[in-house]
Amino acid sequence: MPKFPRRIAAKFRELGARAEAALIPFIVAGDPDLETTRALVLELENRGADLIELGVPFSDPMADGSANQRAIARGLKSGASIPEILRLVSELRKATAIPIILYGYYNPYLHYGCDQLARDAASAGVDGILAVDLPPEEGAVLRKATRANGIDLIHLLAPTTPLERSREIAGRASGFLYYVSVTGVTGARRDLPDDLAEHVRAIRQVSDLPIGVGFGISTPEQAARVASFADAVVVGSAISMLAEERGRSGMIEAIGSLAGGMKTAMRSARDVNGAPPR
Amino acid sequence: MPAIPDSHGHYGEFGGRYVAETLMPALFELEAAYKSARRDPQFRADLEKYSREYVGRPTPLFFCANLTARLGGAKIYLKREDLCHTGAHKANNALGQSLLAVRMKKDRIIAETGAGQHGVATATFAALFRRRCEVFMGSLDVERQALNVFRMKLLGASVHPVDSGTRSLKDSMSEALRDWTASVRDTYYLIGSAAGPHPYPQIVRDFQSVIGREARKQIIRQEGRLPNVLVACVNGGSNAIGLMYPFIRDRAVRMIFVEAGGLGLSGPSHAATLTSGVPGVLHGNRTLLLQDELGQIRDTHSIAPGLDYPGVGPELAYLKDIGRAEYAAVTDEEALDAFKLLSETEGIIPALESSHAVAHVVRIAPELARDQVIIVNLSGRGDKDMSTVARALGVTLREGA
Repeated sequence: MPKFPRRIAAKFRELGARAEAALIPFIVAGDPDLETTRALVLELENRGADLIELGVPFSDPMADGSANQRAIARGLKSGASIPEILRLVSELRKATAIPIILYGYYNPYLHYGCDQLARDAASAGVDGILAVDLPPEEGAVLRKATRANGIDLIHLLAPTTPLERSREIAGRASGFLYYVSVTGVTGARRDLPDDLAEHVRAIRQVSDLPIGVGFGISTPEQAARVASFADAVVVGSAISMLAEERGRSGMIEAIGSLAGGMKTAMRSARDVNGAPPR
Repeated sequence: MPAIPDSHGHYGEFGGRYVAETLMPALFELEAAYKSARRDPQFRADLEKYSREYVGRPTPLFFCANLTARLGGAKIYLKREDLCHTGAHKANNALGQSLLAVRMKKDRIIAETGAGQHGVATATFAALFRRRCEVFMGSLDVERQALNVFRMKLLGASVHPVDSGTRSLKDSMSEALRDWTASVRDTYYLIGSAAGPHPYPQIVRDFQSVIGREARKQIIRQEGRLPNVLVACVNGGSNAIGLMYPFIRDRAVRMIFVEAGGLGLSGPSHAATLTSGVPGVLHGNRTLLLQDELGQIRDTHSIAPGLDYPGVGPELAYLKDIGRAEYAAVTDEEALDAFKLLSETEGIIPALESSHAVAHVVRIAPELARDQVIIVNLSGRGDKDMSTVARALGVTLREGA
């Protein structure tokens, strides 16, 4: 038996065999409480989500637009701290093997302690960790800790990243590469950039890792378009907005339904076009 | 002594570049542009020309005979940065970085501001060099610094009130970073504090160091020797590092950073980061931060909006760490007393931020021998604080009636 489960790589292999792209919902832990988050993860899996990004609240989310800022504030208010979130993941592991990625800012990780975090996250059943404001240049400590514990450290690439730098970052990354589709912070956009597919194709020249695309994707149509050239689609702010509009009682159904619609659209796009050439 | 910062912008364990990937290439571009500008005689000539003819440098080093006599100890000198065009030392850095923005052909300049002094300085140079200017300011600060908001608008800048978080300097910086993440290709982000991701702390220090270079020459001319003590208020730390950096190798010269003690250090209502902060990462650098046990940034308080930030520049955290600098905290009340004292004794109305430095001098000067020399950085003038001070003193100001 391998030492670590490596659920992210296994999931992409499994989807690749079916020529499917992954749907990755981003949900803020504790928005509006951790019990709702637990139920939401299970509902999302039922509706076709393939991996989950679990947002770790931070008081100063500098890379997030207003919808996620408010969701993060709700998560903070309900007390979704790292220990609580890890407890939630252990709880979830009794019911699901869906890959779970912690998505947050570096300071709460740093304060918890990178080694401690990687150890505790691994034993709770976390598969990947992403720190939005931690470029690879400053990431040595967290990289070492995650590696030692079989956790993937997910790195971001942006439209402003030169190809040579993408190559360097990809060389240190594992799991998948997260390509930020827009030059900007998180938040739903009416239009995605025209050259998005071109950027993703360029990154394929420098890395064999699966490529996920996120920031700005909010509709099934956009998800379908992105699925025709990327390996994964991340949806976040659209979920945060639904959580805000529908509240505790209505959000699970509404968000599940959005995810279901996205996954269906992504599958049909692949049925028409096939998997993107690697 | 090793090169500080190192090539990745580290000051010991502090500093660095902690930003989303979208901004990393812009930071490399800025670093390269700054390096080439520093070597360019034309850039240096422009900086020198505007510094002299527009900002009004050199600023005087003034001996406070009355205050010295009143306190009965060390000789007190003020470095008069309040006499810079726009009313504060912020002009030195805004000038330098605006010239850099012009050189980099960026048409739009954005800035964060707390007290509004950096926003006003940025708006001023944007007007002079014909750049579009947008300033982010916490909505709480928009209320308490209405005069500076009006000045920025007169200068042609747009002011965006920021309603998130504590509605003050910290949140204005987050919002400016968000704007820059989306606008990075054509926008220059002009940071005013000796904080933020590398290379900003170094750029701000270098452009502000003109304060200390002048003060060093002036004190040697006026006293025939180096000072014993340098005192400046600190939050991000731009005026402090500006005064003190040129003295850093003069080991006998004491450096004292004075931070905002707010309502007192026993409660949560202060911004005394050097005194009670712990290492963390915020706004692009690793430094000392006021935060809770989960790494969430704490609310701060100071009567001086320019000192109301939960962090401190990485180089200042480093100078504390290696024991080169001392630090102290001054409460709102002590700062107000110093504000009144300097106004009455010397006819100089200081900014509430600078009043913190003066307040610490009131404490230490009487303890020092009469042949000792203190230089205080009077980083800004107090006109902007009239309504805050009036309120604190229970006075109602009526306009136009």
